[in-house]
Amino acid sequence: MKLETVLSAKGPGVVTTTAATSMAEAIALLSRHNIGAVVVVDAAGAPAGILSERDIIRHLAAGEEIDAAAVGDWMTTPVTVATPADDVDSVLRTMTARRFRHVPVVDGARLIGIVTIGDLVKAERDEYMGAIETLETQLMDA
Amino acid sequence: MSGDSTGPGALYVAIIGAGPAAFYAAEALLRDGPAGIRVDMFDRLPTPFGLVRHGVAPDHQKIKTVTKAFSRVAEDPRFRFFGNVEFGRDLSLDDIRAHYHQVLFATGAQTDRRMGIPGEDLRGSHPATAFVAWYNGHPDFQDCSFDLSQERVAVVGVGNVAVDVARILCLSREELEQTDMPRHVIEALAASRVREVHLLGRRGPAQAAFTTPELKELSELAEADLIIRPEEAALDDLSRAELEASDDRMLQRKVQMIQEFCARPPAGKRRQLYLRFLVSPVELVDDGTGRVGSLRLVRNRLVATASGTIAAEPTGEFETLPVGLVFRSVGYRGVPLPGVPFNERWGVILNQGGRVLDEATNQPIPGMYTSGWIKRGPSGVIGTNKPDSLETVAAMIEDAAAGRTFAPVESPLAAYPARIEAAGRRCVTFADWCRIDAAEQALGAREGRQRAKFTSIAEMFACLDAAGDDPSHVAAAAG
Repeated sequence: MKLETVLSAKGPGVVTTTAATSMAEAIALLSRHNIGAVVVVDAAGAPAGILSERDIIRHLAAGEEIDAAAVGDWMTTPVTVATPADDVDSVLRTMTARRFRHVPVVDGARLIGIVTIGDLVKAERDEYMGAIETLETQLMDA
Repeated sequence: MSGDSTGPGALYVAIIGAGPAAFYAAEALLRDGPAGIRVDMFDRLPTPFGLVRHGVAPDHQKIKTVTKAFSRVAEDPRFRFFGNVEFGRDLSLDDIRAHYHQVLFATGAQTDRRMGIPGEDLRGSHPATAFVAWYNGHPDFQDCSFDLSQERVAVVGVGNVAVDVARILCLSREELEQTDMPRHVIEALAASRVREVHLLGRRGPAQAAFTTPELKELSELAEADLIIRPEEAALDDLSRAELEASDDRMLQRKVQMIQEFCARPPAGKRRQLYLRFLVSPVELVDDGTGRVGSLRLVRNRLVATASGTIAAEPTGEFETLPVGLVFRSVGYRGVPLPGVPFNERWGVILNQGGRVLDEATNQPIPGMYTSGWIKRGPSGVIGTNKPDSLETVAAMIEDAAAGRTFAPVESPLAAYPARIEAAGRRCVTFADWCRIDAAEQALGAREGRQRAKFTSIAEMFACLDAAGDDPSHVAAAAG
């Protein structure tokens, strides 16, 4: 299964912000969209970094002031990106091993979507449930 | 009359398509929906079950037992099936809005992806799905012709469709006679002069999409030797590391089997089935008459992408594979439906978790839903459509409870199938299908097979028009 299967039923559009945006605005954005991370794009629309809840907690714990900070100061960069042709299980393994929960998906340099670890776990679970369903049906009705 | 009102408590749902996603959704709606739920299912073909009938390989009859579960859904008195009714031609979105609270599109991925290389449209180059539809008796594909006088065939891809096509091309007469394929297809395949089938995978053995049982089947064909090149089956460092880190025993077993098959000397059977890895077609070469004469392949090496996927990268080293017939199986796409927002990038209905989205606002359109391959793209096995449809049905029930539906003005119970038949279109009910089914099984029984399929709609109607309910009598009339 490829990432495009996950993206197909996610609807279009990705929430993005820019490095120059204030942290206060970025936090409002995360809250408004009920999301855990936002992709930071450059002027060309390519992913320049990612700002997640983890970044915010880390900087707050270090005693930094939200009011003084811009997204570019607190984001994680560079960000690991994926393509629609990447395998769900490989990306999931990479996310687990490197402990991140959001991967922007690009077509060339252009950002076209984002997948979360939750999206990928659900996709894998559905795949396994489907395989079990098919096997059980064959056993029951054979 | 309360069951026949469009008032409170009633929930009328139209499902477009009658494949696995449609039936799993119907089952969930009838089980979890409100007391007034009614489900009408429409399919453009007279026969239900979609790719279970026209996609699942004809030598894999056991997989088709899922139709027993679907038939139990169809027995529910709150369910109706109307076959031979095409959305957009016999039934419009406006018709649906006027009669139903909700519509679910489950029309599947009806077209092939293109490889995007020169020569793709030469004679002798076909989408694998056209061949699959032909040998499975799909009425729309019976006029297709495939030049089985060719001795060398390439099948591009190593997914389950590609593997099915390669295997079907290698079946012996005895194996063909065990299937439910139409008689003319069995005769054409039995007379085939195909000697070599080349299955072409882009990546290596550890990334191949086919399953271990599918591989085992290829190695046990009565009339074909499975041949794998040791240099293509050898694991690269990336794949070896991934395999060692993986807890997927079936994958480890699959790779081990591939390497064992490399070492096995061919038994000298009539046909050779070459399973290739690390090659991608770059051009179909004209033989000088507008036909495919060969495939130009580039050899690939494996590289890791930024997110850890092992991907193919061309090396710049080429080879020419002489073949007279090419089946392309590199993925599928959905076809846009009239009035239904479409996501061109993925070839699916524009949706979020099965709720169809408005193209302008990206907000859900109340009353419109999707499930199956037209929702998520072509992936998984038949059963994968169950969790997919359950997700959509949960959204439908939630929205219906909140009153976010179409506002029908007339009950569909009286309106359908009358409106369609009034327009001169014959509707096939589930009871009609059961008679067609019985007749096909009776026809098959005469030949010692499970079923012999009707391949034209006219034959199906003739079967229904034949007097009496005795299946053998009906079969005799139709046959």
